[in-house]
Amino acid sequence: MRGRVARNAFALGGAGLIVLALAGCSQGAPEQQAEQSNLKIVEKVQIDENGAEVKADQSVTPADPAGNGKATCPPVSIAMAGALNGPDAALGINIKNGVQLAIDKHNAANPGCQVQLKPFDTEGDPQKATAIAPQIVDDQYTIGLVGPAFSGETKATGGVFDQAGLVAATASATNVTLSENGWKTFFRGLANDGVQGPSVANYLKNTLSNKKVCVVDDSTDYGLGLAQAVRDTLGPVADAACNISVKKGDKDFSAAVTQVKGAGPDSVFYSGYYSEAAPFVQQLRDGGFEGKFVSADGTKDPEFVKQAGESSKGALLACPCGPATGSFADEYTKKFNQEPGTYSTEGYDLGTIMLKGIDGGAITRPALLDFVRNYNGQGVGRKYQWTPTGELTTTLIWMYDVQ
Amino acid sequence: MILAANINFNVGALVDSFWQLTIDGLSWGAIYALVAVGYTLVFGVLRLINFAHSEIFMLGMFGAYFALDIVLGFTPSGNAYNKGVVLTIVYLGVAMLFAMLVSGGAAVGLEFIAYRPLRKRNARSLTFLITAIGMSFVLQQFVLFILPKLIPGYGGPNAQQPMVLVQPKTQFTFLGVAISNVTLVIIGAALVLAVLTDVAINRTKFGRGIRAVAQDPTTATLMGVSRERIIMTTFLIGGVLAGAAALLYTLKVPQGIIYSGGFLLGIKAFSAAVLGGIGNLRGALLGGLILGIMENYGQAVFGTQWRDVVAFALLVLVLLVRPTGILGESLGKARA
Repeated sequence: MRGRVARNAFALGGAGLIVLALAGCSQGAPEQQAEQSNLKIVEKVQIDENGAEVKADQSVTPADPAGNGKATCPPVSIAMAGALNGPDAALGINIKNGVQLAIDKHNAANPGCQVQLKPFDTEGDPQKATAIAPQIVDDQYTIGLVGPAFSGETKATGGVFDQAGLVAATASATNVTLSENGWKTFFRGLANDGVQGPSVANYLKNTLSNKKVCVVDDSTDYGLGLAQAVRDTLGPVADAACNISVKKGDKDFSAAVTQVKGAGPDSVFYSGYYSEAAPFVQQLRDGGFEGKFVSADGTKDPEFVKQAGESSKGALLACPCGPATGSFADEYTKKFNQEPGTYSTEGYDLGTIMLKGIDGGAITRPALLDFVRNYNGQGVGRKYQWTPTGELTTTLIWMYDVQ
Repeated sequence: MILAANINFNVGALVDSFWQLTIDGLSWGAIYALVAVGYTLVFGVLRLINFAHSEIFMLGMFGAYFALDIVLGFTPSGNAYNKGVVLTIVYLGVAMLFAMLVSGGAAVGLEFIAYRPLRKRNARSLTFLITAIGMSFVLQQFVLFILPKLIPGYGGPNAQQPMVLVQPKTQFTFLGVAISNVTLVIIGAALVLAVLTDVAINRTKFGRGIRAVAQDPTTATLMGVSRERIIMTTFLIGGVLAGAAALLYTLKVPQGIIYSGGFLLGIKAFSAAVLGGIGNLRGALLGGLILGIMENYGQAVFGTQWRDVVAFALLVLVLLVRPTGILGESLGKARA
């Protein structure tokens, strides 16, 4: 019996080899060895809502979390909530590291005021976030929250933080409707999709003169919201024949690729996250699509380049997030042994703002909330000042290039 | 207002790309078919739905990756490698053997650790089911959390960086359909494996043993068939085929090597097995092919995001009309 099993197992394996030989016989002549890919995401230009280029203001120095070194405070903590595990973990970990850097710099410089960071892993899932929000709120030492990270989970938990009066500044949730719920505690540390969407769309329409664009969304709160904004602004340029919806978690996009090839657009705009964008762009390129691949902040992550490889070359990525520059970038790289990622800058800046409040004596939830509401100052990524609904007063979008 | 989903009814798209969709569907169907065999054989012999089979498949993917990475020394690179025809085939063959080894071993190990103790205690079938679901999660979480600590760079929350050995290229056009080398490899390999498995089950001695145990375990023992050995062989065959399917899948979707990569595919393969007639080997193969093709048609007609819905709706519809599946349950029935 055992002999038979072994023999048959070998037969199966051998047969597999033979078939591969037969099938591969028609392959072409050997080509060059594949090279190690050195593609990186590099900042290109800042754009405003009309898609026109805007020069960055280099003159003002960003706020330093170290402050004057003389702050005193009772033990308080700042919480951070986001995806620290799961397929989108890179985006959450970037924010956590940014906040961590700000807090560690502050604590090192101010021995009289030691603030603690309390991270909470929601996996970016609205359902898990709903279970975690009460834990954050019940901790009496937590007077501020940087997060949640994703739009879906922010939508699910905003009411909880509003009721508890806990200031919740998100470093990355860009869905437009989040600031329309009347939450007094919601603050957005970057431009929303209502700005990102039209800015990218106008950039494609006006600056790049695209005549036909396929808009693909991934059926998530974030993806749909952004895609809707892009479709509305593009108007007739967004080809109605390739208005495609895929699902988060999909790995096979052959039907979408067929549709895109049939429509023959100048660009494809993918509204979703990097774990789907990577196989999608690879399958697009394998299928022979030669136009531009454009996406937004959910895709802008080194994992996108790693997983898509050479297919990601030339991809245009929009992001409300600013590039990490100056001493912040060096300190981050030294501390975490990797370069700052998407939203690290926002995490750092929002953490710094809360620390400034704590240093200034705002050690209760109402006091810190008030401080943030009235804050006006420069950060690494941008100037921070908020409208009564929690949106920034000045909003610019960055365009990045994979090269 | 944002519509959460639009549903089209675009029969035109189906008619236009009919053959292309069929061929693409066949290559997906081949992968489903190979995985479905594992479900159907185990059900036939043990009346157990082995929900952990999707993770056996997932482990096979990691096995193939391991072969390419550590045994053969490839590094994840931006481009596809092109080492020439013969070498590529040899490398793929080695990767497939490794995938089969890992999957087969995992399947047998799973049987030994999780199901055999339950059988010894005459547990109820519900207990088996719960254990199967539990083992599915255990294996997923193992790859998510523990594997990165055992082998740095493997597992964890992100997909493995792909190593593309075969650059998808259209080999020839037939009836207006571009047939790529990847499709050829998948369909060819799956065909041979399917034929071999069919021969193994229907014409060899231990295949007769499997059918005997599926029909009546007690009488089979009286006839001199070792039940435990048959069960181990059944899991082994299912695992080996899942390993082969895993390698073929990584050719199609190089970014799919992640701890959760087997889950949805496993559910679809199980549906394919039920569709074709659970417990029936040819039914599993047929069900896999049908599911792959109909899924693709459904995507074209209704919209890309309805793909999974079409797959499961098809299952429900077929079961309403023919509850035993298309070819009916037959592993346990006496055949001339």
